[in-house]
Amino acid sequence: MKNLKELSTKYRGYLLLVLLALLVAAPLLGFKNSTIRIFCRILMCCTLAGSLNIINGYSGQMSLGHAGFFCVGAYTAAILSTRFGVSFWLVLPLAGIFAAIVGMIVAIPTLRMKGIYLSIITLGASEVIRIIALNWQSLTGGSFGIKDIPRPAFFAFTFDSPLKFYYIFLALAIVFLFVSGRVIHSRIGRSWISIRENELAAKSLGIRTSSAKLVNFMYSAFWAGICGAVYAPYVQYIDSAVFSLDEGFNILSMVIIGGQGTLVGPVIGAVVVNGLTEVLRPIGEWRFVMYGVLIIAMMWVRPQGLAGASDSVLAGGRGWKMKKGKISSLMGGSK
Amino acid sequence: MSEILRTDCVSRYFGGLKAVNNVSMTVNAGDIFGIIGPNGAGKTTFFNVCSGIYRPTEGKVFLCGKDISNLRPDRISRVGIARTFQSTQLFQYMSVLENVKIGCHMATKSRLYDAVLHTKTYRQDEEFATEKALEMLKYVGLSEYAGVMAGNLSYGIQRRVEIARSLATDPKILLLDEPAAGMNRLETDALQDFLKQLNASGQTILLIEHDMKFVMNSCNQIMVLNFGEKICAGPPNVVSNDPQVQAAYFGSGKIGRR
Repeated sequence: MKNLKELSTKYRGYLLLVLLALLVAAPLLGFKNSTIRIFCRILMCCTLAGSLNIINGYSGQMSLGHAGFFCVGAYTAAILSTRFGVSFWLVLPLAGIFAAIVGMIVAIPTLRMKGIYLSIITLGASEVIRIIALNWQSLTGGSFGIKDIPRPAFFAFTFDSPLKFYYIFLALAIVFLFVSGRVIHSRIGRSWISIRENELAAKSLGIRTSSAKLVNFMYSAFWAGICGAVYAPYVQYIDSAVFSLDEGFNILSMVIIGGQGTLVGPVIGAVVVNGLTEVLRPIGEWRFVMYGVLIIAMMWVRPQGLAGASDSVLAGGRGWKMKKGKISSLMGGSK
Repeated sequence: MSEILRTDCVSRYFGGLKAVNNVSMTVNAGDIFGIIGPNGAGKTTFFNVCSGIYRPTEGKVFLCGKDISNLRPDRISRVGIARTFQSTQLFQYMSVLENVKIGCHMATKSRLYDAVLHTKTYRQDEEFATEKALEMLKYVGLSEYAGVMAGNLSYGIQRRVEIARSLATDPKILLLDEPAAGMNRLETDALQDFLKQLNASGQTILLIEHDMKFVMNSCNQIMVLNFGEKICAGPPNVVSNDPQVQAAYFGSGKIGRR
């Protein structure tokens, strides 16, 4: 097992290249459109769950309202492109920025809160956003939603099939993972993790925890907004029902099952949860029960998620205790 | 001698409880200033007031003549007070090196785009933080533990990591809350040597300690608190001969009199 780890670190670059080649080639193998749609959904969820993981996994705040930011991004994109004819490539950053602003508004009242209180506020905010989308008829089309969202085009090339969107979602996921990897391993990422680990100590070292959390929320909402901006022209029709709390919990379950506080965790979570959705399609609505059972089982057996390190805070100290025992016995031996 | 930290009639009440009552003291540059007192004397509360975790109910705290009474903890660490905690507050699931690197947070300033683009600022900051952290670890003699998860270390070593982390902030004054708690005699002696060496290099230190021998040997100034009030202050020989201090520590009954 250790050798495997060493090998994978040694040849990390090559492995990633092979993986990338596979991902680029995969949809060209003649899958049905419906299958490619599943791939698209998985890739979108990689970014969505990944961005939620920035809040929940790295700065340790339990946000439940991610569907709200996703909703803001999608509606911003839909409104800008249908009403004002703004190009997709301009809409993309605008939707992200607007979602980040909403993220800031949601974050401000939660800055002094922790745990369940923060969760409830984000939960409420997500619902408020959905209900605004449902009721502000003149802007969002109310329950009729927004139709005929134009497909993005690159000069003469129009992205008009799931296959072509697959590559947008793929590029988005790669850019997200790359950028987030860099952010996490920087001064800002460290300050987020330090808040998760020990907020008091972080403060005593001069970290402005409020502003760090604010940036954390905004960064996460930004990516969720961009996801929404790609999602809107992909499905071409959005209404508020898509962005319900169910969707929020769905994203959350990917983060939890995959592994909070790791970059690959949400990716694995997105694959597993969406894969299960397809596999369990025959049992219909019962599959949601399966999710519930799965989350409970995960919390019980492997709280750090499939990809989570056994020595992370999220492992609830289990792995840590084991390791600690091992190390202290080693130390005892050397004395 | 220039003053570093001065409190002016500081009080902190919790409802009707006067945890700290009317305490004034001055820590001068180059001091190792010890605060002693029986359990519940208000030592840690006093520390928390100095480091901004509590605001003083009355009175003021000055750092180098500047009023810092109402600043938040992160602001106070920015003006130059670093502290450790009675129960170590490490980032347990981060490596020792990362723990200390976070101590360099204030001295670095790379922003989000620096991190994304790996700009010159980012590279300089990372290099600076890593070098500084390694230097601090070497200073406290923990270089070999750099890659170890902080929570896996023994208590005594965790305390040293916490000191290294505080020192990485380049403080004007270092506040140590019971640094020797949970250490054995050998570790305590090593800590004492280390603090003296640190002090010789120009670091002003304010510490709380229960261990009388430790305080008497390492501090040049001592203040004694009892029931939230200052009962005595001065150099070790003065304090140890003070009848009030003896009463507070040994009681004034038959057992205490010997």
